[in-house]
Parts: sequence; structure tokens; C-alpha cells
Amino acid sequence: MITTSGLTKRYGGVLVLDAVDLSVQEGDRYGVLGPNGSGKTTLIRLLLGLVYATSGDIRVMGQPVPRRLNTVLPEIGALVEGPAAYEHLSGRVNLALLDAAGPGGVRRTRNSRIAAALDRVGLAGIDNRPVKAYSMGMRQRLGLAAALLRTPRLLILDEPTNGLDPQGIREIRDLLHDLNAAGTTVFISSHLLPEVEQLCTRVGIVDQGRLILQSDLAALHTPTGRVIVATPDADQAAVLLDGRVDQRTGDRLLVRETDPAALNARLVGAGLRVTQIVAEHLSLEDVVLAVTRPGSDRVDRPDDRS
Amino acid sequence: MIAVELGKLARRPRTWLSIGLLCALPVLVAVFLAVTELGPGPGEQPAFLSAVLSNGALFPAAALAIVLPIFLPVAVAVVAGDAVAGEASGGTLRYLLLRPVARTRLLAAKLLSLVAFVLAGVVAVAVTSFIVGVALFPSEPAAVTSVSGVTLTASELAARIAGAVFYVAVSMLGVGAIALFLSTVTDSPLAAALGALAALVTSQVLVTLDAAGAVRPYLPTRYWLAWIDLFRDPILWRDIDRGLGLQAVYVAVFLAMAWANFATKDIKS
Repeated sequence: MITTSGLTKRYGGVLVLDAVDLSVQEGDRYGVLGPNGSGKTTLIRLLLGLVYATSGDIRVMGQPVPRRLNTVLPEIGALVEGPAAYEHLSGRVNLALLDAAGPGGVRRTRNSRIAAALDRVGLAGIDNRPVKAYSMGMRQRLGLAAALLRTPRLLILDEPTNGLDPQGIREIRDLLHDLNAAGTTVFISSHLLPEVEQLCTRVGIVDQGRLILQSDLAALHTPTGRVIVATPDADQAAVLLDGRVDQRTGDRLLVRETDPAALNARLVGAGLRVTQIVAEHLSLEDVVLAVTRPGSDRVDRPDDRS
Repeated sequence: MIAVELGKLARRPRTWLSIGLLCALPVLVAVFLAVTELGPGPGEQPAFLSAVLSNGALFPAAALAIVLPIFLPVAVAVVAGDAVAGEASGGTLRYLLLRPVARTRLLAAKLLSLVAFVLAGVVAVAVTSFIVGVALFPSEPAAVTSVSGVTLTASELAARIAGAVFYVAVSMLGVGAIALFLSTVTDSPLAAALGALAALVTSQVLVTLDAAGAVRPYLPTRYWLAWIDLFRDPILWRDIDRGLGLQAVYVAVFLAMAWANFATKDIKS
């Protein structure tokens, strides 16, 4: 669906993206994670032909971008760096103007498509207030409605849940799940780990302009070779497992062991009570923190930074 | 796309406010003139105002002369400066381009809606000032005296006023093209409008300066008042032709620059 090879972008002398090889398959829910200023938005702008690459190739739906943008863009719904609308007009009028501005917006079906899109994002009952009276969450929903107006094959959404409350975040996540189940490929960027972890099947991690990791989410959750044990008999357990306990906090032990079942049998066999036992897995947060450096919004003194 | 742009122009309160203000200034002048009957002497600026006291039918020509130096170019620079930079600063530019609207097409639509705005403004000034002129002053549309002293018939007068409206509108396109170009350079509509006005003021200063005589024929405001020659008998075409040609060159050059810049620009707004 999206492939880039050696994609590089400089603004002036500043390297913003450095040799990015992205690969998104049809049907993926792909999340690009990265700290602020890592190049996520620039990557999205490049994919959509808003900015032009310094070097490297982009293919979207098999077509070269930006050369064949006109055939690619009609099948893409996008949200780039926050929603935008004409402030003095209502949400409906904004959608109608946008729809009329380009190809494929059949006038006969316009009103019903607008109603359907507003319904999907939870704005079905919106009145004729101008957009300047909208809350941030309503603007975000309107932006999503604009992206859904012509049932795109590919959704490219930059921080799709920005400005939404927990309830709204949940709604949008469910909406994206539904659209994906109906065949839409979903590509989002975010700096929020839970958002990507709960929505995506595949994840790419961008840091300082480089795509430093690209993997199925499931593959990242590898076992660490340790088992978390909670037991009221922590003292005896620590003695029994002497040398294999990496860490102890209260009655929780972190034991080097790959098989939780065998460990459980051994503890119970020794007459120790076990309240919880589970293999430890890497969380997405562990992976991200291990491979990224602080975001560009953190500015340390030069000697503090390695 | 062009219909969408015209729709957006028509839905903006600012469009109607600026056209209203354009029409209000000549009306204000007319009221003062009608109350005091103190006209400027013949040959003084603004043109035609002295003649209006004796024949109100000539007031559209006087109204054009009143709005031409400042009001009209300011309105044009504001609208043209806002064309692309306004969409950029509001964030709607990226969504238009993603819709997709080809960049060249967007620029063409912006240009056409600018032309529509200029025409609407100038025609509105001409129409309101004719009504006001006939209402406030003694008028004989059938017997207007031209600048050369020959009497014009009503249809001759109408044709010449229409010609003047057209010429003034074309004169504004040079400023509009400069502002449109600057609008593709910056993301600030204000900066684009002020930049175009700076170019305009520079031109107006240099036009009056004898030391700048070498560049005078190429200044965008050099032939702005040439439409007055339409009211001579016979009409003096020389400056009018040069004025139209000069504006065409300015429009062509700055549109080409606007297109070259916009078509290859990274949209970071």
C-alpha cells in the first residue's frame, strides 16, 4: 500500500528524514511512533505530496508519488497536523465546499455522504453554528469526517485522537477498527504509546528522522525470559530460588525462568502459596524507550547529553 | 473549483464590506459637494469633480478617480494577498491540495475570483455613483461635455464610462498579481498585502519624481489615469494602449513567478 525507499528530506541544511524504508501492506493498521519533532509529520506530508523529497522514492498504491498524485489522492482520506476549516462557515458547509473543490465528489450524493460521514464521527446532530464556535474535539471529529467523505481505501491520520476526551478516543478507535475490518488500510502517527498499542497491528518507530524499527506489534511483545511471581511466602521463595531472583519488591519476585508452569509446580511442591505467576513480556514502552532518545522538545545543557 | 472559489468569496463578509466601503467614499464626497457646492477648480485633482457640479451624470467618472489612488488598490491587495496565504495560515490549503486540487488549478481559480472581485468592486462604484450623481446634482445624461469641450450623447457617455470601468479594473490586476505572488511566498496574508502596497507606494512616489524619469514608463501606476483620455474627443488611445500593455506584462511576469514558486513549494503550513 505504501512503500518508500531511501526517503530523505532536508529543510535547508537540516536533515529531517534520513533514508526511511517504510513498508505498509494493504489491510494493515500501521502506527508510526516517535517523540515530538522526530519527523512523523514530515513523513506524512511527503507521502501526501505536500512536500517534496530531497531523495528517495515513494510509492502509494503502486503509484509513484508525487508524480501520480492525482490518481492516488482521491482514494486517500487524510488528517495532517490537526484539522482545519473556514472558521466563519458551518461544519456542513465546510464539508460541502471541500467536496465540491475536487474530483469524485458527485453532487447528487453529496448531502447524504456528508450526513453519513458526520454520523460516523459522532456529529450527526450538528447545527449551523460556525466552526469558530466548535470545541477542539468537535474540530477533530469534523476533520475525520472530511477524511471519510468519499470512503477512501487508505486513511493517513496524523495524531487522530488529538483533543478528544477518553470517551472520544475510544469511539474513534472503534471507528478505525470498523473501517479497517471493512477493508480500509489505516496509517496513523502518534506519540502516544497506548493509542498505537491498542489500535495497530504493525508499528514503525521514528527517532531523529530515522525509521529505527519496523515490526508486527505481536513480535515486539517477546518474553524476556523472566517470570513475575507474587507470593505471600516471598522470603522462603527467595531462599528456594536462590541466585535466580533478579529483583524483589515486597512479595513480588522477578525470577529468571522461561517456563512459568514448571516454576509454579516447584514452588507449590515446596509448600509455598502463589497468588500470581506470569511470564514477563516486553511492553511497547520498553521497546520504544530502549531505541529512542529524548524528543526534540527537551533541551539539555550540552554537557548533560551523551 | 472556480465555482467553489467564487462561493467562498461571496460568503465572506469582508468581500461585501470592502465593496461597500469603496462605494461609500464617493457618496461621502458627493454629499459634501452637494451641500457646499464648493468644487475643486477645473483641472485640479480628483479629475472630473469640478464638472460634476454642473452635470451629475459625470459622477461615475469622478468616483473612479476618487477610489483609484488608494482605496481600490488597498482592497485588491488585501483580497489577493489573502488568496493563498490566507488558506495557508488557516490550514485549509493542505486539505484543498489533498482533496486533490492541482496547484496550478488552485492558483487559476484564485486569480479568476480576484478578477471577479475587482470587476464587482469597480462596477458597484460606477453604478452607485451614477445613482448618487443623478440624485444630488443637476443632470443631463444626454448632454455631457467631454474634457475637450465636445458634447457627448447618452450612449457615448455610457460606452466611455464602461471603457473606463474596464480600464480601471485592468489597472488593478498588476497590483493583484504582485499580491498574489507574495501570497504564495509567505504564509501571512498581511505581509503579502503590505508587500504589494509597498510596491505600489514606491511606484507612485517614483512616478512624480523627475530624477526617476528613466524608469517611469515601466512603473505599474504610470498609466493609471490614462482612462481620463477616454473622455477626450477624439479619444487619445496612446496612453491607454500602453497602460493595458504594461498591466499585461506585470500580470504575466508575476503570475509566472507565482506559479513557479507555488507549484514547487513545500507546503509546511
